[in-house]
Amino acid sequence: MSEEIKGYLDMELLRFTTAGSVDDGKSTLIGRLLYDSKTLFQDQIENVKKISKQRGEDLNLALLMDGLKAEREQGITIDVAYRYFATPVRKFIIADTPGHPQYTRNMVTGASTANLAVILVDARNGVVEQTHRHIFIASLLQIPHFIICINKMDLVNFKEETYNQIKNEIKDFVSKLDIKDVYFIPISALLGDNVVDGSDNMPWYKGSTLKYLLENIHIGSDENLIDCRFPIQYVIRPRDDKYHDYRGYAGKIASGIFKPGDKIKILPSGFTSTIKTIEGMSKIKEAFAPMSVVMQIEDDYDIGRGDMIVREDNVPIISQDVDLMLCWMNKKKLHEGNKYIVKHTTKETKCIVKKIKYKLNINTLHRIEGATEIGLNDIGRIKIRTAQPLFYDSYRDNRTTGCLILIDEQTNETVGAGMIKR
Amino acid sequence: MTHYNLTHLEKLESEAIYVMREVAAQFENPCLLFSGGKDSIVMGHISKKAFKPAKIPYPFLHIDTGHNFQETLDYRDKFLKKIGARLVVGSVQKSIDEGRVKEETGKHASRNTLQTITLLDTINEHKFDCAIGGGRRDEEKARAKERFFSHRNDFGQWDPKNQRPELWGLYNGRKHAGEHFRVFPLSNWTEMDIWQYILKEKIPIPKIYFSHKRKCIIRDGVILANSSYLNLDEKEKQNIKEMTVRCRTIGDMVCTGLTESKASTLEEIVKEVAQIRSSERGSRADDKRSETAMEDRKKEGYF
Repeated sequence: MSEEIKGYLDMELLRFTTAGSVDDGKSTLIGRLLYDSKTLFQDQIENVKKISKQRGEDLNLALLMDGLKAEREQGITIDVAYRYFATPVRKFIIADTPGHPQYTRNMVTGASTANLAVILVDARNGVVEQTHRHIFIASLLQIPHFIICINKMDLVNFKEETYNQIKNEIKDFVSKLDIKDVYFIPISALLGDNVVDGSDNMPWYKGSTLKYLLENIHIGSDENLIDCRFPIQYVIRPRDDKYHDYRGYAGKIASGIFKPGDKIKILPSGFTSTIKTIEGMSKIKEAFAPMSVVMQIEDDYDIGRGDMIVREDNVPIISQDVDLMLCWMNKKKLHEGNKYIVKHTTKETKCIVKKIKYKLNINTLHRIEGATEIGLNDIGRIKIRTAQPLFYDSYRDNRTTGCLILIDEQTNETVGAGMIKR
Repeated sequence: MTHYNLTHLEKLESEAIYVMREVAAQFENPCLLFSGGKDSIVMGHISKKAFKPAKIPYPFLHIDTGHNFQETLDYRDKFLKKIGARLVVGSVQKSIDEGRVKEETGKHASRNTLQTITLLDTINEHKFDCAIGGGRRDEEKARAKERFFSHRNDFGQWDPKNQRPELWGLYNGRKHAGEHFRVFPLSNWTEMDIWQYILKEKIPIPKIYFSHKRKCIIRDGVILANSSYLNLDEKEKQNIKEMTVRCRTIGDMVCTGLTESKASTLEEIVKEVAQIRSSERGSRADDKRSETAMEDRKKEGYF
């Protein structure tokens, strides 16, 4: 196999989400990344050129992001759209979420699977309420890396003072939040400055371009490899002569590293055993997050979906009382005493809302005490009690065992997204 | 790659396996939509991995328009035998014979839109509560907004404005009687990923994906394989010519556009895809019908 081909088979994957207010140039930026990385096809470009011309514009890259007919008619983005591009180093998945204030739920959805957030700020307007909201939601969802793009630098004469002023203001805000890794870049998505290539217009900026950061930010440490958690998803039982007694526990490793011979504990029963084999694509010596594997254990217990395999000496919290930050995603409001289905790892059980502790004003981050309901796009702190105990970690420690969703029993809709505090 | 990092293909594979196991765990009677194209072949290959050493716990459903490349049918039977999957066929011809649908007429007649009825009828007949599909979000803008677990109402329809939010890897497959789900384990794969994976896993694929000589016609800029299923006009009849082509996608013969190509190995295909300048579905006559062809068909219950 040639080196070129081998390179294609050995790339990293980075998922990022983009957020910006209306007209911050988000579509143009993504269009620019796709266009300059040559991900776009000639027929797609021709189509956009044609429409741009009809509208009397030059090549309008934002048109590439146009989605459904329903959206074009209303001139809005109604949902999270996923885009893909690759450079020779990495493959990227973009969760593109709309900027309207009422779409908190979409941003939360896009952020839930992202390892990096690209947040756009219009250099002319500086930090606005929505900027705070975007940064806060990304931090709430524990996205490990942030890139703040100060866009439309061309419209402020590429002035360094403007950039520094916005940067310092955001730094002040970020210091109040739980954010580890932040970068700032002055860009012009329209002209391409500091997106893929550097900028002759801003010689004062010595940092990296957006593309360079996306390709090089270290993402190898984003998975939790310390706390071993293996939620059992499915039990494989062939029931034929050859594999008469075979019982394989299939699932995706949530966190940590497992090896054959490891002493394990099974929750909720508390039984202990030893890992006999782990199979992925073939028999493997070590399995780590986020691999999908099948484990066989030494003892013959009756365990199944919803149970969790952990290490004997490192167990999660086991409790029916769960305290969480909740983003509400449905028109039907949440009240104390409401009952829902809760889905956590591979476990499904019922829960009741015991208490609404407070609601959050997500623009000012002020707590609204004494709230009696949580409505669509609200974020609040609540306490639930579950019918069966959950095995969980705080969302801050573990993005897989620390999250849950609430489902309405009547409509079956997913109505809430919860990040467990403790 | 460092020791505890997965490559992009390993991550995508792990995600797809996870999704298939969720289907097996959450639904009573799922099936997998199998067309004999590369995406459904990859799904078959991954299904086998997800449940071994047990059998794949769902049958493979082929919606047969009757306008197949013979190579695809031969491949289908061989491949399903190899991975030990059970085949269910839904026949468009049967839907026509039974008067459920009316064959289109004229030069551009195709059975593409008729398939939707056959598909929904077959889902009803077998009481499938979930159909796993090979749709990828990079294919088309209506697909870019699709969920992994996509809810369909009593009529099999998709409502893009009213989809369930999908967070983390927590897939909500709860439904009322009569409703069903479409699940897309390859949502995050691109055309390039599919080819890279086929190369890496050494998966055999139908010969028509490789360069070969074939009698073709060119209609509206799309190269189509000449066959008795096409209604040719006089000018087209005079312009049948032998070309060196390969398939980038495989649908039925009437709407699968071919690409002029000399790529005769998987490595050459990967290189070609890396350089190719037109989109995969750009050659599909079924997508050329209108700007929103895919969105409209999806709402009605298409694949």
